[in-house]
Amino acid sequence: MADQSLIFARGLVKRFGDFTAVDGIDLDVAPGEAFGFLGPNGAGKSSTMRMIGCVSRPTAGQLRILGMDPVRDGTRIRARLGVCPQLDNLDPDLSVRENLTTYARYFGVSRAEARTRADELLEFVQLSDRANGKVEPLSGGMKRRLTIARAMVNDPDLVLLDEPTTGLDPQARHLVWERLFRLKQRGTTLVLTTHYMDEAEQLCDRLVVMDGGKIVAEGSPRSLIQNYSTAEVVELRFADGLDSNAQYAAKLDGIGERVDPLPDRVLLYADDGDEAVAEVHRRGLTPASVLVRRSTLEDVFLHLTGRTLVD
Amino acid sequence: MMTTLVAARLSLSPGRVGAVINRNVGALRSGPSYWIVLISGFFEPLLYLLSIGVGVGALVGDLSVDGHTMSYAAFVAPAMLAVSAMSGALAETTFNFFFKLKYMKTYEAVLATPVRPFEIAVGELVWAVVRGSVYTVIFLGFMVALGLTTVAGAIAAFPATVLIGLAFGAVGMWVSTLMRGWQDFDLLGTGQFAMFLFSGTFSPVHDYPVGVEILIQLTPLYHAVELVRSLCTGIVGPGILVNIAYLAVLVVGGLWLASRRVEKMLCV
Repeated sequence: MADQSLIFARGLVKRFGDFTAVDGIDLDVAPGEAFGFLGPNGAGKSSTMRMIGCVSRPTAGQLRILGMDPVRDGTRIRARLGVCPQLDNLDPDLSVRENLTTYARYFGVSRAEARTRADELLEFVQLSDRANGKVEPLSGGMKRRLTIARAMVNDPDLVLLDEPTTGLDPQARHLVWERLFRLKQRGTTLVLTTHYMDEAEQLCDRLVVMDGGKIVAEGSPRSLIQNYSTAEVVELRFADGLDSNAQYAAKLDGIGERVDPLPDRVLLYADDGDEAVAEVHRRGLTPASVLVRRSTLEDVFLHLTGRTLVD
Repeated sequence: MMTTLVAARLSLSPGRVGAVINRNVGALRSGPSYWIVLISGFFEPLLYLLSIGVGVGALVGDLSVDGHTMSYAAFVAPAMLAVSAMSGALAETTFNFFFKLKYMKTYEAVLATPVRPFEIAVGELVWAVVRGSVYTVIFLGFMVALGLTTVAGAIAAFPATVLIGLAFGAVGMWVSTLMRGWQDFDLLGTGQFAMFLFSGTFSPVHDYPVGVEILIQLTPLYHAVELVRSLCTGIVGPGILVNIAYLAVLVVGGLWLASRRVEKMLCV
């Protein structure tokens, strides 16, 4: 099994002093898969990614990347990885094209080949017209696309993307998603972290939800919604809400599978949203607004990782 | 196991070291800012040579060192050459290295590739010495032109300046990894200036009290000056073996410590 998995982990642990960032996780990522780590800040996603990227040694547990040992074969593994870090670390002293050609040299790609690949990749991420320009004036979305292109310069077997669209505006995000989707179609194995549910739903075949260094759920986006949420969610807002939502929640008890009072609204988790709304009215309650929607990964995520704000 | 780990840490791929150097060549070509730094670093020792060596030298007259008589300018010039080799390499492995390490995150990007911390250290050091050698070659040209050394002396001194560049560059790189912020560079500058003044640069160290003399003999620039001065003046004794050994230890030790620190800082 370890031989077939691109990433194989059992009981993987990362500690920084007394702090346990990753607390015994198991992973199996198959070739061609798009695999996601979903979780709030501090869940241990980036620490896990750094161990997979062979720049951080596991404290304990088993880890094999591309069938090799990251401690002993780090150089050989990294030669076949593409890494897009959370914060862009493009080289401001070099032009857009040189950022790719220079990076290719670290992988031992010949000068001529590096130039060919750089031009192809700039085409792919739609930055050809900026090839000779500096990095600094590029927008956030352009920089991120360039970083993704840089991660592809060694034609990697496995691409690691740490929060690929954090901080980008909606248009830029969609463009990045579209490019990543094309990579996925080409059969490139993608591993990404995100705290955007829509990103996970768009890109990931399978994902794990991490919280406090542990994996709290695993599956396809659809199966996670099925297992940890209901088909539909009813959002109720009451005119005198805010302070009294907890009291309303008590009155709504028993409708659907679960009632979740938030400060501004009450969520009803039910497989049949319309039926749940009918029951609300039968109980003589008159919410100011009613919204029936499909359940999303966000519902799963908030249910699993709680609603406490983590910074 | 330990030996294989050490061997793995120290094993080098020339291609990857070359790629680290290649990045700096690219940066050099990309704009004039780098050239300004490069040129400014060259003039300092030359100005000292002209003002103190030649100017003050006119007042001092000839100097007798270990029974050999030479002009004051011929005494000071090799020291300025050593200083030039030192500051050329240091400028690269301190300011530039620190900036890339702490602010530009250059090495974080590089370490995601097959390149190892030791290969980064070696690549940056080689580049620093290439840069420093531009200074020293021009400086040696001036020395020959001013009659302060012979062509043979200059040819003999050049490899010594490379060794000096490697030694100071390696130690400087290690020191940069310990820097907390830019203010720490003031301390480094002060240390560099103190060595510049007292390492037998402007007066023979025998003129100091014995305690001070011994203290000076423990510092690196003293050995650099002694080595280069021997070769430039042609007064070569067995003492240069000590100078060479001292500097060689700095090269190896500095590189080792610098790459370990980079690994500790970035590979956690």
